[in-house]
Amino acid sequence: MSNTLNLTLQIWRQEATDAPGSFQSYTVRDVPDDASFLEMLDTLNETLIDGGSVPIEFPHDCREGICGTCGVMVNGRAHGQEKGTAVCQLHMRKFNDGDTIIIEPWRATAFPVLRDLVVDRSALDDIVAAGGFVSVPTGNAPDANEIPIPKDVAESAMDAASCIGCGACVAACPNSAAQLFTAAKLWHLNSLPQGQPERYRRSEAMVDTMEQFFGSCTNHGECYEACPKEISLDFIAYMNRDYVKSKLVNRKLASQR
Amino acid sequence: MATSTTTHKSAGPPRRAKPKQLPFPASIYQTAVGKKWVMALTGLMLLGFVLFHMLGNLKLYLGEVLHDGEMVQDIDIYGEFLREMLTPLFPRTYFLWLLRFGLMGAFALHIHSAYSLTVLNRQSNVRYQTKPDWLASNFASRTMRYSGIIVLLYLVFHLFDLTWGGVNWAWVPDSLSWYQWERGEVYNNLTGSLSNPLVALIYIVANAALALHIFHGAWSMFQSLGINNPRYNAARRYFAGGFAILIFVGNVSFPIAILADWV
Amino acid sequence: MQETTEDASALRGSSLNGSSLNSQVPDGPMADKWENHKFNIKLVNPSNKRKFKVLIVGTGLAGASAAASLAELGYEVEAFTFHDTPRRAHSIAAQGGINAAKNYPNDGDSVHRLFYDTVKGGDFRSREANVHRLAQVSVDIIDQMTAQGVPFAREYGGLLANRSFGGAQVSRTFYARGQTGQQLLLGAYQQMMRQVGLGKVKLHTRMEMLDLVTKDGEACGIVCRNLVTGEVTSHSGHAVVLATGGYGNVFYLSTNAMACNVTAAWRAHRKGAFFANPCYTQIHPTCIPASDEFQSKLTLMSESLRNDGRIWVPRNPDETRAAADISERDRYYYLEEKYPSFGNLVPRDVASRNAKTVVDKGLGVGPLKNGVYLDFADAIKRDGKATIEAKYGNLFQMYERITGEDPYARPMRIYPATHYTMGGLWVDYNLMTTVPGLYACGEANFSDHGANRLGASALMQGLADGYFVLPYTIGDSLAPKLGTEPVPTSDPVFQSSEQGVRDRISRLMSIGGTKSPDYFHRELGKLVWNYIGMERTEAGLEKAITEIQALNEEFWRDLRVLGDTDTINSSIENAGRVADFFELAELMARDALDRAESCGGHFRVESQTEDGEALRDDEDFSHVSAWEWQGEDTIQVKHAEELAFEEVPLSQRSYK
Repeated sequence: MSNTLNLTLQIWRQEATDAPGSFQSYTVRDVPDDASFLEMLDTLNETLIDGGSVPIEFPHDCREGICGTCGVMVNGRAHGQEKGTAVCQLHMRKFNDGDTIIIEPWRATAFPVLRDLVVDRSALDDIVAAGGFVSVPTGNAPDANEIPIPKDVAESAMDAASCIGCGACVAACPNSAAQLFTAAKLWHLNSLPQGQPERYRRSEAMVDTMEQFFGSCTNHGECYEACPKEISLDFIAYMNRDYVKSKLVNRKLASQR
Repeated sequence: MATSTTTHKSAGPPRRAKPKQLPFPASIYQTAVGKKWVMALTGLMLLGFVLFHMLGNLKLYLGEVLHDGEMVQDIDIYGEFLREMLTPLFPRTYFLWLLRFGLMGAFALHIHSAYSLTVLNRQSNVRYQTKPDWLASNFASRTMRYSGIIVLLYLVFHLFDLTWGGVNWAWVPDSLSWYQWERGEVYNNLTGSLSNPLVALIYIVANAALALHIFHGAWSMFQSLGINNPRYNAARRYFAGGFAILIFVGNVSFPIAILADWV
Repeated sequence: MQETTEDASALRGSSLNGSSLNSQVPDGPMADKWENHKFNIKLVNPSNKRKFKVLIVGTGLAGASAAASLAELGYEVEAFTFHDTPRRAHSIAAQGGINAAKNYPNDGDSVHRLFYDTVKGGDFRSREANVHRLAQVSVDIIDQMTAQGVPFAREYGGLLANRSFGGAQVSRTFYARGQTGQQLLLGAYQQMMRQVGLGKVKLHTRMEMLDLVTKDGEACGIVCRNLVTGEVTSHSGHAVVLATGGYGNVFYLSTNAMACNVTAAWRAHRKGAFFANPCYTQIHPTCIPASDEFQSKLTLMSESLRNDGRIWVPRNPDETRAAADISERDRYYYLEEKYPSFGNLVPRDVASRNAKTVVDKGLGVGPLKNGVYLDFADAIKRDGKATIEAKYGNLFQMYERITGEDPYARPMRIYPATHYTMGGLWVDYNLMTTVPGLYACGEANFSDHGANRLGASALMQGLADGYFVLPYTIGDSLAPKLGTEPVPTSDPVFQSSEQGVRDRISRLMSIGGTKSPDYFHRELGKLVWNYIGMERTEAGLEKAITEIQALNEEFWRDLRVLGDTDTINSSIENAGRVADFFELAELMARDALDRAESCGGHFRVESQTEDGEALRDDEDFSHVSAWEWQGEDTIQVKHAEELAFEEVPLSQRSYK
């Protein structure tokens, strides 16, 4: 039942952030179609090592679509052509024998290439450090059932919270905007009762930090298409609403709503 | 302190300095999300203008009516109404100028926010070497900058043509004379100007650009303003599409009707 | 003659028994131990906390929660992760849930019951006092995580939902869809990032710890390699915490992430930290079998599938028919036949071992004959496709994505895979290793799970250690150090350690052989799986030791690492990790050889009942085996920590 494929790969090679990069062409033979995309790259690397060439660096870790480490452009699409799927879960049976596959790193000013297909996504951490949390020092928590949360609200927060931080939204965006990432974290926390006290402070801090690195949203919707967790564009609207409110609302009067 | 050795990372992602915060409400306009908000609000004003501009022009089809004892083109009455609006509260044309200043402000902010966001996005974006495979974006959304510029250029021409006059000439078969712009003569000016097929063509192209601009903008506006509710989200798309078609069909009917001599 | 006896016993290691270990368990009744201990422990005055620097290696559940909590208390914290961001830690992949003795469903759960279940589930190889503390603080974890905005599943009334997990008699598992680990990790990560933003935690990403530095027998810092620039740097502090996860990747194919490794813990072991129970690993029964030689990892599917799926293989090893065409008569429902009362719901180890037995007999299914069927046809007939889809839809989808087969139409193929390691660095009640000032928490320590971990307990332990245990107990070793500065990194101990790290890297780079690190890792994994997996024999383990040594020798002779050391180079990273796996694998084999009993997840063929079930030997093995490093070419010395069971009476498990 398992077939094999012969493929031509065009892979971006770059030695360091400030070094020039270029596409290199490789052929891989007899790739089993049960293999994952990253296993196909593993095999290529084994062949390269056997032939005495430096293997290709590509980001990967859990290989089950949850850690968010992996991510490359495959034929012009972030994470490849399968919707709602990180590239580690993309399997070779989705390709045809004889295909040429072009593999490029995520590109954005805020994601400098470190080597080959590996980029620096630490800007996303800076956004979280600015406000992507609820300030509850350990030991200060009330009983977990003290604040009931409607099931629908919890589910919606979970939808947003399922972001894996891979950066595909930035990579797919023609403006390199990180709105979907930021909005997902904001909605996760802003929609829950626990997140209310810091709602506007959080919105302002995270958006302001985001704008220090990334572009602005022009509502193309490419981020949603690329997102392996299919996080909704709606959250971006909610973020815009909360952000402008954060500028308008006098927080001392917040109790008056 | 000897005990801590700093990590030598790669240079790290470039981080723009946070601007010094201006007093409210300018502080809103300092940020990209705020600019989008302003762009959406001004866009909304411009949508209103475009709609009423078109509705007013439809008067073209009402032809001549009896007014103060003489037959006058209905659209000329409408033109006079605009100048007379809110008199005697305001002196004649004052309110119209207020609207005009409002519109000019909206245009200026709309254009400035678009320009500065474009600069920001260009700074933030690194082009792919391979052609991106667009999935969700459409021709309209990707060409907002260009459709906007076309509309802007047309607007300048349009003002010279019909507001200040003197840049357009055409042979008007009805009156067997060359078209001559005259202040206040809305009907004659309009039909005269659009009798020039080149002008009519420019007009149609500009309206196509406008419709594209509206098709994306009138949807995008809701997102930027945070007007989003899964219950009516689908309607936002229909609204934008419908609005774009309405404006396009309404506006483009004028040159066609004039050239086809229906009015 | 004399010589051979010595060799044989040296091989088993038992003749080299060292002293017994003091676990520092406080006196008093079980339920009061932790409270008493917290009262008696040395405290650091709030205003003095900022004078102490704590280095935390690993930023998963345990590391991030510890870093956040310590920073909140006022300590200066430096956190290190080899990932590009702390949110990548493999805690993120836990699906099922987290246990807590909340008793929200009113079904009779209590701290004592969770404690009891965990000790029993660990097959009486864990330390009672630690487990009891774990059960006590479990309730606080849920409160803490909920307050931080973890979107746990809820009922329509807005209160938290619970489910029963892994055969537990009560519903005590909290969950967030199938992404509980992710949500908890993000909670801890966010809490730590808050401290990073406040400047209380200094975060070092893409930094791999390659050595522990000790001075006068105490931990004083670490040496790291920057994975982007290759720079080797020293970092010094008053205490070092290892929260670096488990070593399941020694099997090569496991459900662990690709980067999971033992290096940090192993380097600490070589500097004097005892390594406890290395042979305790957990094999998870419901994973997707490997499809080819180049498979890089295995994917776990929730055990809940066994609630409705029936496990079978064809009776005929040469069966060629498709599963649906095989008649009932020709199907071997081996679990249902052997264990009529538990059937397909026998514990993980029993299910895993029996799967291996039938596959070894040649009855396996699939193209590589390396799996068993997990069949939902009966369940679909009984409950309808819609019901099954509602219950397992996402798992079926995941299975189809990976295998390209539709599990509604044909049975799933499953096979066991390594999942979790109960062994790890030995720690006392304070979570301190045998190196003063060095702590281990989370999966990296030998933990509270004994010889077998219960489902939904790993997340609980990681967070318990990081949030509620370490922040108190670390003060005990810090308090006496008030007024001292950390050892400067210019000290010779740091310099020589740095040099050692650099030398090792150049040694690996300069071998100039022909085979990649992955090749050796794969080969090592096969040895470990075959001989030190779920079923072990004395002869097999002895053979494993010889073969591991031979492969290790080949590794140091024929390894090829290409590229430079001053840039990202995953080959050199892997080479160092694989080298440590070799040493660990050998110790695992020795530990397994020494432990001549079947217990928890491990079946020792020589120790079984008449009807072929696991037979524990409490007489000889009711202890923790903690191994002390003796130098490169010397076998580790075993120290025993005797285990006493005062609260939970010893009993044998039975699932017949």
